[in-house]
Amino acid sequence: MTLTALSGPTVAAPARRCPREVRERRAGLLFVAPAVLLLAATYVVPMAVLAGFSLTDYRLGALTTRFVGLANFAHALADPVFLRAVANTALYAAIVIPGGVFLGLGVALLVEGRRRSRSFWEVAYFLPVTATLVAMATVWQFLLHPSIGPVNAAITALGFDPVSFLATPWLLIPTMAMIGIWQIVGFNMVLFLAGLTNIPRDLHEAARLDGAKHPIDRFLTVTWPMLGPTTLFVVVTTSITAFKVFETVAVLTHGRSGSETMLYDLYLEGFEYANTGYASALTILFLVVVLALSIGQTVHLDRRVHYR
Amino acid sequence: MTRALGRWIALTVLGLGAAAMLLPFWWMLLTAFRAPADIFHVSLLPALDFAAAADNFARAAAQVPMARFMLNGVIVCGGILAVQVAVAIPAAYALAKLRFPGREPLFAVVVAALAVPMQALALPLFVGLSRMGLLDTYFAMMVPFFLSVFAIFLLRQSFRGYPDEIIDAARLDGFSEWEICWGLVLRGSWPAVSAFAVFSVVAHWNDLYWPMIVVSDPSLAPPPLGMLFFADVESGANYGALMAGAAMITAPMVLSFLLARRQFIAGITMSGVK
Repeated sequence: MTLTALSGPTVAAPARRCPREVRERRAGLLFVAPAVLLLAATYVVPMAVLAGFSLTDYRLGALTTRFVGLANFAHALADPVFLRAVANTALYAAIVIPGGVFLGLGVALLVEGRRRSRSFWEVAYFLPVTATLVAMATVWQFLLHPSIGPVNAAITALGFDPVSFLATPWLLIPTMAMIGIWQIVGFNMVLFLAGLTNIPRDLHEAARLDGAKHPIDRFLTVTWPMLGPTTLFVVVTTSITAFKVFETVAVLTHGRSGSETMLYDLYLEGFEYANTGYASALTILFLVVVLALSIGQTVHLDRRVHYR
Repeated sequence: MTRALGRWIALTVLGLGAAAMLLPFWWMLLTAFRAPADIFHVSLLPALDFAAAADNFARAAAQVPMARFMLNGVIVCGGILAVQVAVAIPAAYALAKLRFPGREPLFAVVVAALAVPMQALALPLFVGLSRMGLLDTYFAMMVPFFLSVFAIFLLRQSFRGYPDEIIDAARLDGFSEWEICWGLVLRGSWPAVSAFAVFSVVAHWNDLYWPMIVVSDPSLAPPPLGMLFFADVESGANYGALMAGAAMITAPMVLSFLLARRQFIAGITMSGVK
């Protein structure tokens, strides 16, 4: 009896040859090894190389490369093309952010009240989010065609002159911003719908009893403040998407008539003209903008998942 | 009375908005089903001309290798997703449930990497691939996305909810960590994995930026790049064929969305980053 009781642990110990800590450590290191290697090869090293390039006049395929310090950054801040690209991107964002956020909110508020038709509206507004933007931009090009497109057919039917949306320089960015809004409204609608379902019903009831008779009063006293975190998140994601605008420019204008955006200018410098060093400096400037926005998003993502 | 009126207004506004949302899709199909001569009669009413449609689709498929673009899209999306999942699942399990040196710093790097957009890494990755003579390959199109820090982050959060008691019991029963990870813990996180799969496939099927940088050979082009080549070839000459091509490229994601609406919405909005 005593013997078997004693032999129990002595037999079990060699069976689990290594203690738990060793086993966990070994498995842990082994399991993260591929991820760590890829993280180094596709994130850490490229970031270091990018920073290095930005201080040189490196051109892909060139025989000699010089260290130029911050000259690339100085050049960028005096480069009329880059400054125009920044201004265009800012204008694009200034249209897409309020347009995308408020239309998304408006649609979400209207869709939330529907019972039977809700899923139909969700599908209709979300469809542009899933569709390949390159293909849909081609469709928009045709829709906005001055002579054979239906949009201009409607404009002329109302008695106005046809508008060359994609041939009038000052209309290029606003037109692309309209397409940007068209693509993002459904995405924002879904985020707002999720935010709306998290508002307790009782709050609306309480506001009604407190004298907020009109739906607009209840929106201002309950819905809007309660949606605060959601709205912040939607604004951040919409801004990041807006600052990364590329496809519509690549399809619709190829950057002509001064319609390049930050990412498109960066693409031209880095990959078409092979100005690797200069494009690296532009990339870092672009990254600063996106990082400033993304950090807010990451913090939010972290919190949202933790508290779920 | 005001209720009914409010409902009526809401439906009208929603209907007009939805019409604007759906107009491009309607116009795309309408034009794909029209003979080239009818293009100049601007009308939103359907005039289904199946002979013309067959002509348009045939022309789109003949001008550029449309089937090849789709196949490339399937290869690239499938390859990316397979490696992403194979790398992220064990890493996420280790970060969630195993104690090993360097766990906290590694997780901090993963969270920091979440904020870095792909476009910022494109230039050095391009130079590296070019130096290695790997441009114009499927590998070049896939490699920047093999590691999804987002997948690691998401699955780690999901795995953390798995009860430790079950893992300890499995260890005592002689299961290896590998078996616990893939056989037990993963089983509880299928919704997270499938949502991520939707997110990944949609993002890479629709991506233009990176393929445009590393691919110049049309036979390797994924659908968006193929569409761009096609639009340049046609250069507005034949809208019927152009719209037929656009319809073919858009169809896989749109049809999948219509079939699996919930999963799509969950997957795409999961991140906020497209």
